[in-house]
Amino acid sequence: MKGRSDFTVDDEIAILSPVLRTGKGFYVATLLLLSIMGWAFFAWLNQITFGLGVTGMNRPVYWGIYITNFVFFVGISHAGTLISAILRVTGAEWRRPITRAAEAITVFALMVGPINVFFDLGRPDRVLNMFLNGRLQSPLIWDFVCIGTYLACSLTYLYLPLIPDIALLRDRSSKRGWLYRTLALGWTGSPGQKHRLERLISVMAIIIIPIAISVHTVVSWVFAMTVQPMWHSTIFGPYFVVGAIFSGIASLIIAMAVLRRVFHMERYLQPVHFNNLGLLLLTMSLLWFYFTFAEFLTTFYGAEPAHLEVFYSKLRGEFAPLFWTMFTCCFALPFGILVFKRTRTITGTVVASIFVNIGMWLERYTIVVPSLSRPRLPYPFGKYFPTWVELSITLGCFAALVFFYVVFSKLFPIISVWELKEGARAPGTGEKPAEEPAEPVYGIRVNRS
Amino acid sequence: MARWGMVIDLDKCTACQACVVACRQENNVPFAGEEQAAMGRAIFWMQLIPILEGEYPKLKARYLPRPCFHCDNPPCVRVCPVGATYKNPEGLVGQIYARCIGCRYCTAACPYTARYFNWRAPHWPAEAADKMNPDVYVRTKGVVEKCSFCVHRIRKAKEKARAENRQIRDGEVKPACAETCPSNAIFFGDLDDPRSLVSILARSRRAFRLEEHLGTEPKVIYLREGEWDERQV
Repeated sequence: MKGRSDFTVDDEIAILSPVLRTGKGFYVATLLLLSIMGWAFFAWLNQITFGLGVTGMNRPVYWGIYITNFVFFVGISHAGTLISAILRVTGAEWRRPITRAAEAITVFALMVGPINVFFDLGRPDRVLNMFLNGRLQSPLIWDFVCIGTYLACSLTYLYLPLIPDIALLRDRSSKRGWLYRTLALGWTGSPGQKHRLERLISVMAIIIIPIAISVHTVVSWVFAMTVQPMWHSTIFGPYFVVGAIFSGIASLIIAMAVLRRVFHMERYLQPVHFNNLGLLLLTMSLLWFYFTFAEFLTTFYGAEPAHLEVFYSKLRGEFAPLFWTMFTCCFALPFGILVFKRTRTITGTVVASIFVNIGMWLERYTIVVPSLSRPRLPYPFGKYFPTWVELSITLGCFAALVFFYVVFSKLFPIISVWELKEGARAPGTGEKPAEEPAEPVYGIRVNRS
Repeated sequence: MARWGMVIDLDKCTACQACVVACRQENNVPFAGEEQAAMGRAIFWMQLIPILEGEYPKLKARYLPRPCFHCDNPPCVRVCPVGATYKNPEGLVGQIYARCIGCRYCTAACPYTARYFNWRAPHWPAEAADKMNPDVYVRTKGVVEKCSFCVHRIRKAKEKARAENRQIRDGEVKPACAETCPSNAIFFGDLDDPRSLVSILARSRRAFRLEEHLGTEPKVIYLREGEWDERQV
């Protein structure tokens, strides 16, 4: 580690090298991902031909893992923008190398998530009715509006800080010249341009926070606005937002660990980043526990029969294995790992993050399915198990998310070069001026040992 | 304007399921087949739901015919993103099959689980396929359907009354289930007309509606079974 907070040409080359040089790994990875997506496409064609009967859904379990995926991916999308926006607004300097990785997750999760609702439609050919006959009373329309706005804003928010780096690529390489020339929008780096860009970024960072919160709030309202047992809950808005940020941070940690390994970014994505994000993850884990506890205790104490039916199906009924796995993955394990400084290492945070994401997917599942499987009237209980079609499409969604991410990191530097440069030039901007300017590298405090 | 409602007298109901069969015939309800029905894909616009009370040997089974309740405050209509389900001025909750996108939000929001989805392309056995009711649309795969209170019969009765330049008489409109019921347990008519049979029955002390506390205001009213004990005489 260099002692001075310089940003040298070496750093620039190191960050740009994945964009400029393509190894065998890239082709292997994309081919693999594309074939998974192809398989999912085949499964979808099957579903289009024969109808939703090829899924495991039925009456009364009208919604299954498509809706689970929808909620999950939209949750992951909060990784990004929300975290990077909050860190930017609060001037947390250590954010500099991780914001773009986070923002990219947001954009791609937002592309993959809502398409699950499309998979879930009985008549996808009529999806444009949402425009032609949309009714504002329907929470699905709220979703449509909020997610649309969020996608547009987070694309902008990803793109704006990318412009100087695109210009850098335009100047440094002859590869994909037309692409970078177009996207750079004639960036020269003049003080005027820089000023405008920074203004825009900080405005966007503020705008995007309420939008991100609104998105997962209205996603939760799809459930909470009905009168169904254990859906009809006022806590669902904030509960879902907390869960979203929780799984978002976890996804970001996993993505960072992979980038660090594959692109050799050890110098930029340091243990301190994992430590800080690990602390955030720990906070969210506690918050998640608090909300879950509040939600379940009120249900239990109120003891309305229809609600209790769902409650016990989760705690000791057929959903108990999933519920307790969820609880272990979302709280017990990450808490145990992240609370100790000794285990809050890169490996530790990554392991915790993987558990959190498994747990959060299960949480979405144990919200969607149990309520539907216990209708109020005395029908036989609903049974649901996803079929190969649903599982293939789900797998395809994960593959698509990774695929977009891989392609993005091939076309653009996944770590913001110019922001690191800025950070090196003026350490601690926004924060209190660093006492020892020699300490922070790219705005990061490094433990020298 | 009428406000259509139904009264089902559980004291008279013998749970013979004639209403279920008649409804299927009248409304071109597709056949799911044994395998699909076991998966919970069968469609019943009118369904008999068993309510078991107590434990063996003191087990008591009751049956309840359940059409769509055409709630005055319908949770399904509120959530539909495209207005494919709506409440008409006469209080009927209708479904526009040609507009429905099949998101199944209405089915998930209905507290009575009275709405059904076409999981596959509709199918009829050969014996039934050429005996379709021409008055009722056939639904495609991927849309939601449910009891319509035999809206086509209401329409027909209205046209007839208009041609004869008179009001619809009480009891003139009969959905297929009411017409078929061998024990005359199902009544249909205008709840807003204080002299109609349904509105008189709806005020009975035996009258109750399902899940009334949800505030959905169903327009299907049940009459509780009376009690009979020989020692009372």
